[in-house]
Order: sequence, then structure tokens, then C-alpha cells
Amino acid sequence: MDGLTSMRHKKYLSLALFAMPIAPVTTALALDGEPGIHDPSTITYDDGKYYVYGTGGSPLVSDDGWTWHRGTAPSRTGAAPDVIHIGDKYFMYIARGYAQPKADIFMIWSKSLDPKSPDYKWNDGGVVASSDGVEDSNAIDPGVFLDHTTGRLWLVDGSYFGYIRLVELDPKTGMQKDPKAKPINLAINCEASDMIYHDGWYYLLATHGSCCAGASSGYNIRMGRSRHVTGPFLDAEGVDMIQGGGTQLIGSGDRKVGPGHFGLMDLGDGVMKFSMHWEADLDRGGASVLDIRPLLWKDGWPVAGENPKEGVYEIHSVHTSTSLAMAVEGMPVGGGRMRQGPGLGPMGGGGPRPGGARPANGAGAGAPAAGAAAGNAAPGAGAPQRPANAGGPGAPAGQPRPGGGFGAGIFGGTGSPIADQTAASVSANWPAGDVPVAMNNYQLQAQEKWQLTAVPNAGGYPGSPYFKITIAGTDRALSATEDGELKVVAAFSGAPEQLWRLDQLADGSWRIMPKSQANEKDGMALSAVGASFPTLAKFDPKSDRQHWLLNRP
Amino acid sequence: MNEFRKSLMVLSCGLVLAATAASAATALGPTLSTPVTPSRVTGADGFIPRWTLLEPIPVNGLTQSAVQAMVKKQWFPDQFTVIPKDGATETVGESTLTWHAVDTKLYNLNLYHFAYALKKPTSNILVWAVTIVNSPKEMKDVRLAIGSNAASVWWLNGEEVAAVYNDRQTVIDDGVSKRLTLNKGPNVVRAAVVNGGGATDFCARFLDANDKPIPGLTITLNEPK
Repeated sequence: MDGLTSMRHKKYLSLALFAMPIAPVTTALALDGEPGIHDPSTITYDDGKYYVYGTGGSPLVSDDGWTWHRGTAPSRTGAAPDVIHIGDKYFMYIARGYAQPKADIFMIWSKSLDPKSPDYKWNDGGVVASSDGVEDSNAIDPGVFLDHTTGRLWLVDGSYFGYIRLVELDPKTGMQKDPKAKPINLAINCEASDMIYHDGWYYLLATHGSCCAGASSGYNIRMGRSRHVTGPFLDAEGVDMIQGGGTQLIGSGDRKVGPGHFGLMDLGDGVMKFSMHWEADLDRGGASVLDIRPLLWKDGWPVAGENPKEGVYEIHSVHTSTSLAMAVEGMPVGGGRMRQGPGLGPMGGGGPRPGGARPANGAGAGAPAAGAAAGNAAPGAGAPQRPANAGGPGAPAGQPRPGGGFGAGIFGGTGSPIADQTAASVSANWPAGDVPVAMNNYQLQAQEKWQLTAVPNAGGYPGSPYFKITIAGTDRALSATEDGELKVVAAFSGAPEQLWRLDQLADGSWRIMPKSQANEKDGMALSAVGASFPTLAKFDPKSDRQHWLLNRP
Repeated sequence: MNEFRKSLMVLSCGLVLAATAASAATALGPTLSTPVTPSRVTGADGFIPRWTLLEPIPVNGLTQSAVQAMVKKQWFPDQFTVIPKDGATETVGESTLTWHAVDTKLYNLNLYHFAYALKKPTSNILVWAVTIVNSPKEMKDVRLAIGSNAASVWWLNGEEVAAVYNDRQTVIDDGVSKRLTLNKGPNVVRAAVVNGGGATDFCARFLDANDKPIPGLTITLNEPK
């Protein structure tokens, strides 16, 4: 048994894993339920459910693209199937290997993927591609691609032993258009290929490296592009994939090893994602699992995006460059300080803001009020007030201070680090109950910092669970309103209008939609209608009003 | 630095105004004039070009709480309902302040020009503004979109619909209301604009349900009889 044979052998042995459901990880941001699969097909949508098929006839089905469960195997099973929906038919392509590299790719079709549907019946189509065991080809790992610019249907197949090859199919029958046509060689040293089209380019995505070895797998997805479906496919360095080239789309990382078997999910409105499997998800005991990631575009090349991660963020509008905030009166970080008095100039002494009796940064009731001669409220409750125009610690007035060299005053700082502003330090002045939502020039204030937290058992969308978006350090939650506006409620209740879907868009920014709208036609997304006012509005992929950046705070 | 810039702007603006005072086209400064037609119509950009302004009231504060307290104080009778006439007066404290009908040549209305031309304070002031927006039909899901230097609060037909606070410059469509209904016929837009120091101005327009400016609205200073 040579190395490649061994590798393929292991691929089949790995099926045994799928008999055991994988314990759900409620807090990890990977797909939920039973996502165990190897060599997944393109995820296909039918009548409200997502379906994906893997090696050995191990389909997964999901209502939302986040939580997956075991499905019903089709009539024919084999290695690494792919599925495409054309007209009223779902065509499935499945490989059957013999003595490697002799193999056939069969087509079966059904009018439904739902076993409960009266239209669910798999029909045999026949062999659409094969390798005779002598030629430089191993006809497995089919990837089927409908070129919407021409209406032509194509199949790529192959695995290490020889070439990735291209054959044309008939979109009406799903069978090879001309059985006598010679396949076109596109790439070597890879497998699990697929093709997509974007903005005038054809992209061949294929998996390099070894598979089926758990965390030792070297799988990673690489790509080249061509102006023609028949190639040549050059990587970003100009190396032809038929000479082993390939620019990496995604490799191992984030406690997951060995991505392979790219499949495109075009969700419309410019939202694109891709499916794949990981050879080993360390958080699931090294099992091979399905995953879904955003597909971004940069300089004409696909880029693997990220699903939203829990954390504290500034939610920044691409359109207005202002940031989402709970509409409460802000307190400058470190407390109120400003220039004081005529003649002092900008480097003059710091003094209290108008209304300077407001406690600063942690000072609660009973904190000393800033008097006329006191300024530069120091962090922390009860911190001694520094006289206006005074130097920092150890620095006489007028001498350079640790923070700068401007001397005392607004440009000289306090002379010591200023702590982050927390909600606890300023929220005593926030109103109870519902609070409007605004947008500000970001100033690192507590009402501008949002905690994203995945919500267990609340469902999700392709690749991610729903999140709650709360003011960091509080349970005050961003909520949609019935009239398509926004508010911050006093406490998160789990209601659909308080659950948020975050899809990374092609430019890396985020579309943010409430669950109450996310599955609606013309669903509403967070929108910067004004520089200081956000709303919900129908998502317009041509506008940047609904593009948001999640910046570290 | 912003305060520096504003001070410089004020200084230079004041010099320009002083130099050109004798040749100013009107008594209201280079960008403003007294209306001579019964109405104006919003153009393609939708900005409202005609307002009646009350001479500045001295105030202090730009924060949300300060401005909200400021506008809730009764400065003169019927301050939330009056449809002022050009030349009418209000008694505010010990002062008698006059309403002025004003057309602006620009997208915005320069309150600094207005106050300076009247030899009134330009800093730490509150200016009340009123206009009538006549809509040819009922329009649902429109928004009032405003920008102001500095803070401002806005009412449509007596309901507070938008506000921006703190020291800020006029940005088109900075503060935007929730979705509103513009009545067929007259709609009263009322604003209170608060300036701290330096330049001060505002702009306002209505956006349609697709957030596009609404042209063709007839602007008058009095409700039709």
C-alpha cells in the first residue's frame, strides 16, 4: 500500500467516526449539533432546509445552517459527493473507486432532497467521468459548476494521481455533454476541486496536502484563476496550477486542522460563504466536522472571512465613521477635563467641565465635587483632585511630565495612565428602562462599547449562532422595535428582536440583522441613516449604510 | 484645537463682516436675506431655505441634560405652538427679542451671520427657529434630517423628533428622526439651536422612505388661511 492508497484507505476508515454523535459544544463558535462529516458536498437548500452529503452516504441536514443533524442517505453512496440544483432537479455526483486510480463518477438525481417529500426519489443517471487505472487521473472528488454567464455545466474531478480534469455536462440531463470529448487537464498535486465564477474570472479551488490523518493532516484549500473556464489557472504568484501552483484560501488555525473540500454558498445580496470540513476539530476531540465561513474578496481574490466572535467591540459605521452608542450623556474617559480661563491657552491648566460636579470614572455618590480650583479628576473614586495647572507626580509645574512634555493642562495629561471606562463607573447616571440608540464619534466611552455574546439554543444561520449585543458590563441589550427602529432595553430577554445575525460581507465589514427580520424577504439590517442616528432598513448591497466594522474597543 | 479653530473663524469672519458691512446686500449678512416672495420650494437637495428666527437668548451648556433642561424651560409664552410673524416680539426675562423672517442662499442657515448682523451675542446662545413645510400629499415613513452647530432639538407638529448634543459642527443628515408622517398641507417644524462658542449654523431637510431628499415641498412662514 503506497502512501496515497493508504491515505484514501484512511479516508474510508474515518467513516466510523460518524456513527457516534458528537457532543454539542454550546459555547464554542463552531457549527452546532452533529456536524461530523468528511468530504462534504456543496451545501444545497431545498424547501427551508440545508443539506450536505459526505463520503459514505452521511448526509447532514439543518433548518438554519447552524445546528446540523444526521439525515437520510441517498440511494447511491460513495466518496466525496457533490450536489447542484438546476431547474426542478438536484443532480448528485458520487465517486466509486476500484483499484486506485481506477474510478467512476456516477450521477443520480431527485426532484427533492427532503425524504418526506413526494418528489423525493433518487434516479440513476449513469457514469459521467471515469479513470481507467492507467491514465494520469483518479476520477473521484467531483465538483460541479454551473456557469451562469454561459449556462454551461462543468465537472471537475481528480485526486493527486494525475490531473484535476474538466468535462462538460448537459445541464438538462446532468450527464456528460459529449461522452467522446477528451477531458481537459487543469491542475496537479491536489484533490477535492471545485470551480466558481466572480467578476470576469473563473476560480479553481482545490485541496492540497494530505488528508485523513486527523491533526496530522496537511489539508489546505488553494486556488488559481483564469479568464477561461478551461484555464490556465494561475495563482497569485503567476504559477500555473498544472505545475502545482495554488494560493492559499484557508489553512489550519483556531484549534482546527486541515480544511478541505470547498463548496460555495451564495446567499444573495452580496453575502457569500463557503463550506468545508476540518480534518480535526480539537474542540471536538479531533473529529472531522463541517464548517461554514464567510467568503470575502480582495484585489480579485477570494479571502476566507471569520464568523463573529464573542468579545467587546466598537460597532463602527463604514458610511458615517461614527459608532453605535446607547444614547446617554457621555462622560469623558478619565473624567471631565478642559482648558480653563482666558490666557491659559491650550496648554494651560485643566479645569472642571461645566457641570464639573459630575463624578468622574468610578466616583459614585459622595465623591468630592470638582470645585473651581480643582481639575483633572483622577481615575477612581475618591482620588484626590489635582489643583488646576499643577504638574504631574514628581514634576514641578512647568516641567516635562511623564506623559508628554507639554507641562500641565489638557495637552499634558494627568501624568499617569487613565483606566478604561467601565459601565459600572458611569452607569449610575443612565436612565432605567428603554434607552434610545444613537451614533457618536467614538470616544472609548462605556455606552459605546458592545459585548457580543453567542446565545445558546436560540438557533442561528449558516456558520454562526445568533448573538446578543449588550452594553459591555451590563445586560442592557440592543433591540429592534416593531416600527423598524432601535432601542436598548434594560435587560436581555432572548426575544427574537434582541437576537442578532452578523454576516461578514465581501469587503470584510458586517451586516447586522435582528432575528425577527433575518429570515424575512427584504429583511431589515442595522443602517446608518444619519451620522448620529441608526435605524433598521432594507439591506442594500450597493450602499455602505449597512456595512459595519467590529473594531476592538 | 477645535476651540482654537472656531475662535480664528469667528475672528476672521468678524473682520470680513466688518469690512463688508457697508456693502452687504441685506441687513442680515452675506448669506441671508429677508423674504420677498410668499413661499419657496425645496430643491433637489431638499434643504429648507426659509425660517423665522428669534433673536438669541443667552444660555450656557451643550450636554444632553443641559440642552434638554434648556428647551423645556418656558422662555416666552406659547414657545412650542407660536407661529411667529416677521417683526413680532417676545419678552424673555428683561429683554424684548424680535422674530426675523430669513431666507438663506445656502444649504444651511448661518446663525453667526444672523446674530452678528443684529449685533447680538453669537456665543452661548439659544436660537428658536420655526418654519412651515407644506406637503402636496400625505407622506409616510419620511424622516426629518438635520445638522447643527452646535446642539439642537427639533419638533414636527409639536412632537420632539430629533436632537443632537454637545459641541459639534453641522453635518448634513447628522441627527435623523424616526420614521414620520408628513401631513398633507402645512406641517410646523420648530428647532432650538444652542451654540457654545464660535461659528453656528444649521441645516434641515426631509428624507423619503428610501432616505432620499424630498424636493418640491413649499416652505412658508405662516399657515395658509
